[in-house]
Amino acid sequence: MTSRSAIRFWFRGELQVIEDFQPTETVLDFLRLRQSACGTKEGCAEGDCGACTVAVVRPVGEELRIEAVNACIQFLGTLDGSVLFTVEDLKMEGDELHPVQAAMVKHHGSQCGFCTPGIVMSLFAQTHQNRPADRAELEDCLAGNLCRCTGYKPILDAGIDATAVATDTAEIYRETISEIHDEGELLAGDEGRFFAAPTCKSSLLKLVAEHPDATLFSGATDVGLWHTKLFRKLPKLIYLGRVKELLAIDESAHELRLGGAVSYERARGAFGALDSDIEELIRRLGSTQVRNAGTIGGNIANGSPIGDTPPILIALGASITLESIRGARTLPLEDFFIEYGKQDRAADEVLTEIIVPKLSHSQRFRCFKLAKRYDQDISSVMTGFCFTIEEGKIVESKLAFGGMAGTPKRATNTEAALRGKTLEEACSLVENLSSDFVPMDDHRASADYRMISAQNLLKKALIELSEEEKVATRLKPREAIHA
Amino acid sequence: MPDTQLREVRQPKAHDSAIKQITGEARYIDDQREPAGLLHCYPGKASIASGKVVAMDLSAVAAAPGVVSLIKVADIPGKNDCSPIFGDDPIISEGQITFHGQVIFAVLAETRDQARWAAQLAKVEYEEEKAFISVEQANSNDSTVLPDYQMGRGDVVVDLAKASNRLQGHLEIGGQDHFYLEGHVSMVEPGEDGDMLVHCSTQHPTEAQHQVADCLGVPHHAVEVRIRRMGGGFGGKESQSGQWACLAAIGAKMTGHPVKIRLDRDDDMILTGKRHEFEASYDVGFDNQGRIEAIDLTLLGRCGHSADLSGAICDRAMMHSDNAYFLPSVAIHSRRLRTHTVSNTAFRGFGGPQGVLSIERVMDHIASSLGIDALEVRKVNLYGDEGRNTTPYEMEVFDNIAPELIEQLEASSNYQNRRAEVVEFNRKNKYLKKGLSLTPVKFGISFTATHMNQAGALVHVYGDGSIGLNHGGTEMGQGLYVKVAQVVADSFGIDLERVKITSTTTAKVPNTSPTAASSGADLNGMAAKIAADEIRGRLAEFAAGLFQASKDDVRFENNEVVVGTERLDFTDLVKKAIFARVSLSSTGYYKTPEIQWDVATGTGKPFFYFAYGAAVSEVTIDCFTGEYKVDRVDILHDVGHSLNPAIDKGQIEGGFIQGMGWLTTEELKWDDKGRLRTHAPSTYKIPTATDTPDVFNVDLFKGDGNRAETIYRSKAVGEPPLMLGIAVFSALTNAVVNATGRMPKLNAPATPEAVLLALRDGDYLV
Ligand SMILES: Cc1cc2nc3c(=O)[nH]c(=O)nc-3n(C[C@H](O)[C@H](O)[C@H](O)COP(=O)(O)OP(=O)(O)OC[C@H]3O[C@@H](n4cnc5c(N)ncnc54)[C@H](O)[C@@H]3O)c2cc1C
Ligand code: FES
Ligand code: FES
Repeated sequence: MTSRSAIRFWFRGELQVIEDFQPTETVLDFLRLRQSACGTKEGCAEGDCGACTVAVVRPVGEELRIEAVNACIQFLGTLDGSVLFTVEDLKMEGDELHPVQAAMVKHHGSQCGFCTPGIVMSLFAQTHQNRPADRAELEDCLAGNLCRCTGYKPILDAGIDATAVATDTAEIYRETISEIHDEGELLAGDEGRFFAAPTCKSSLLKLVAEHPDATLFSGATDVGLWHTKLFRKLPKLIYLGRVKELLAIDESAHELRLGGAVSYERARGAFGALDSDIEELIRRLGSTQVRNAGTIGGNIANGSPIGDTPPILIALGASITLESIRGARTLPLEDFFIEYGKQDRAADEVLTEIIVPKLSHSQRFRCFKLAKRYDQDISSVMTGFCFTIEEGKIVESKLAFGGMAGTPKRATNTEAALRGKTLEEACSLVENLSSDFVPMDDHRASADYRMISAQNLLKKALIELSEEEKVATRLKPREAIHA
Repeated sequence: MPDTQLREVRQPKAHDSAIKQITGEARYIDDQREPAGLLHCYPGKASIASGKVVAMDLSAVAAAPGVVSLIKVADIPGKNDCSPIFGDDPIISEGQITFHGQVIFAVLAETRDQARWAAQLAKVEYEEEKAFISVEQANSNDSTVLPDYQMGRGDVVVDLAKASNRLQGHLEIGGQDHFYLEGHVSMVEPGEDGDMLVHCSTQHPTEAQHQVADCLGVPHHAVEVRIRRMGGGFGGKESQSGQWACLAAIGAKMTGHPVKIRLDRDDDMILTGKRHEFEASYDVGFDNQGRIEAIDLTLLGRCGHSADLSGAICDRAMMHSDNAYFLPSVAIHSRRLRTHTVSNTAFRGFGGPQGVLSIERVMDHIASSLGIDALEVRKVNLYGDEGRNTTPYEMEVFDNIAPELIEQLEASSNYQNRRAEVVEFNRKNKYLKKGLSLTPVKFGISFTATHMNQAGALVHVYGDGSIGLNHGGTEMGQGLYVKVAQVVADSFGIDLERVKITSTTTAKVPNTSPTAASSGADLNGMAAKIAADEIRGRLAEFAAGLFQASKDDVRFENNEVVVGTERLDFTDLVKKAIFARVSLSSTGYYKTPEIQWDVATGTGKPFFYFAYGAAVSEVTIDCFTGEYKVDRVDILHDVGHSLNPAIDKGQIEGGFIQGMGWLTTEELKWDDKGRLRTHAPSTYKIPTATDTPDVFNVDLFKGDGNRAETIYRSKAVGEPPLMLGIAVFSALTNAVVNATGRMPKLNAPATPEAVLLALRDGDYLV
């Protein structure tokens, strides 16, 4: 297999071949510092404001995806094999404005204009859906684009107009991309400092074995911030986003297998199909930009006590596979989290697969994310509940929580208390959670609030599942969640 | 000029930079081509809130890659101060640390990354001292930045004692980070004679000019401050952008190189001031309809470590704690508390919102205690006729349109039917509860510091009939530039496209006031009109001579000059005028008439007029978690006769959402060591698109225009709409009252946590 030492991507109609770059050079630095292409802005350098949004066309398997991503935390090397679009690219022939731009002007969608390039790019990516978007879709499309001036109304109106008329497709770049797309390994740099992007599992594992001190990353929605905010030196980066085995999504009648580098957005269809609460949770996770880059594998591997997917996965009984050149092992996800900051993963192991059993007939599922803000916020409490109910009684339950301890964790005492109880009886037992957890107490939420709301959310699930109660329990009813 | 002759004014013109903004061509300071030899500056920060620097070892900083030089306090050639008024804001601390994050030195390096990296390598030893972080700590220790102040009338003690009903309450009001999308940034280019060209993202170029000149020890004329546009300001770049310009200028002076400084978002949030936190306590007496008989109100403002603009901000809070209501017997006490936190500063509304929120809480409290709809209480308290039309500071509310505006909104929003529906919904639902509220805004327009109500402009007519327009106002997204250009275009009867809007610079218009207090268009629009009308007068006189007519018969319309039956292209007239040696350049100067303020008595006419508005909000809360949704909002807002209805609507919508954010999800949390814990968008949550109301109706009030003689009878619109967001807070309060049956302990911001705890405070458990 051939190996390359330069990354290649298309930008402004020209092929960029770059050999000399810092592994942590961001796409935003490439644009603003290297290219003096200053249309793309920096508002936060941490993936939260969207001012830096660019669109990237890249192949994933057979599919050509156009993805809005945050240039501020995307490493330049991840552009290999793709086409990069920024706000300056949108003007069409003869200086005609793209429908998104024209609609933004018509609706007075920019005031100070600093968020605007990012907003234009998010909407531009959306127009590639090639169908009119409704308000809810546009709110979702823009959840990662903060605007402090307009109050969003004119931007949403512009989005409605633009998606009604724009006909964009990523397909037209297939040929361009095929020119630079190869299965070749990429290693730019030297032994001491490199950006590596292997394309198959075996070479990945070999590389990791040789460099156990290297930093693995997929979406860099965490790792990017280590660079931009924490001043961590990251001389050796290994990108998982080209490893084909890690990008696979396999579904059978009983389970769903997600490769360790599958992005949220790609997982969303199959994962969200397990239950509409999961669909809504994934939709609320980060923003479009974060979901296009970030992965469930990363959400697990970072060991965070407040990651959104672990409680769901634990409640579903998911397991994960860790592989190194020494071999592979599969363990229940809940055993992976040992204590705060400590996971059951050796330095040379890569999380290669997440195995998610589907719900059986007797299982009922609910998950809730509680955060200060509805969209694009880190949860204060995350819950995943799976109840096996037979003859009106809870025979088994898995009640998993985030934000309630140093790791994502099951409420085993409460699970025991609920066993054999009817749903109504169970409602009065939710206070048992205080025997399971000593919640976190921080600027997102107090320990008290976390405990009270965790109990209430369990109660909410039980009330919803009990047949008698047909009263409204949610601001956004389950029926209103669309996949 | 009668409305019929207006071609550009009143039109919904796009923002002057709309096209450039959506194509990415609009340049902000950090986008400007970097001059050769540019160095990057970055501040080093104190890691304690209160105490002394005992030792500072900067060797690792100096040795870090790319570092060219360090800036220490001793390197400041002139005055070490970047305060707006009181001389109490060192550019670099002289050893005493008064808030966590305070600048203790700065680095100059070849790249920004290098400067940022190096700046965190300092080894500093401190001797920590006691820090006051909370309002409570500062208040109980009498720690203040400025003296207490009061205003009012009548004998409140007696009147309260006589009142039919009486209650007391307390409300904590959180601060707010500006979260302008473009953080603080300055770039300074040294010139000859020690001159400095300063590009600074500031709402107050003149102040930045003075601060830079003073810290360098050079005359003001040696410093030019220039700003084409900001990526948002909201008050955060009024008094607090100078520090960054000063650091860059000092670096430029030391090295002879151009220097740029751009704060990282987290540092911007840690190092620059915010909206003041307030605590309001009230003791109010009222009759059985809820009409206030007497009120005693104390407003504690958390100013931070220095005075900054806190005096005027706390004054404005006091002057707005009547909002739209007549307070017959009233005492308002204000304390300006010193805490060991970043110095709080101007933020859209400038203290007004805290005052308005306080009295709106009083309205909600009275209503819940009487068991009547809060709208009824609000209505009976509105300013009215003779005898009920003077503010607590004895200004006549001469332009009161609140009753009419509220009546219209009540009808258009279908308030009464929806109130009934809310009651019905709440009867049926245990887990979800709805709240509905209508709150008005009356906001005083003018700087309360009378001398600041002045502006200048400079207009040139060039030989091809194009116009160069410059004024003291700055563009931060609010659409000031286009509004003023519309005014100038109409003075000459020409198309807007012929007016070139040029960067604000202290070299063209000196001694300006900040673009603040919503006054931008009022002041600069007038100044520009005066300048343009001066030139037009000269042209008219010249044209009259050409056609042997009277000056009064000359009209400028449709890019032509019309004299009787004669018509001449505007450009041709201009060419002829230049040939005939007519001066086609003029300054314009405007100062707001009528206003005055007596500090000693706390009375006067501090405002030229009031702007009005009202909003109705409907919310639903989830009683399991305290989460909520804003279902519908209806707004009716008064902008007089609008200069540009599209821009004005944008201000109203954006202001409303910003106000809503302040009172809902935007939570500033300091720990007990004085460290801001929510210093990034990951933890400090401003509204996203999803948070906007499902139904959002915004209308401009159709009235007779501004009763005060403002530019084309328009009204200022920058700040007032922010307070429309109070309707959401009030609706959330109402939802909790509806669930619990009593006034909850619900402070601002009403985060989901706060709402849930309020429900529990009212013993409402699911
Ligand atoms: C703006 C923003 C919003 C966010 N919102 C949310 C949210 O709502 N909910 C939430 O849960 N999280 C959120 N996050 C956090 C983040 O998105 C997740 O933790 C994400 O899943 C990380 O995935 P990634 O691929 O980007 O990880 P990376 O940053 O690439 O890596 C994260 C860590 O995991 C390791 N790692 C990654 N993949 C593997 C693998 N296959 N094997 C071994 N180790 C691996 C890396 O070495 C690193 O230590 C947000 C982040 C940002 C920036
Ligand atoms: S700069 Fe804010 S998301 Fe990238
Ligand atoms: S237009 Fe200013 S932040 Fe969106």
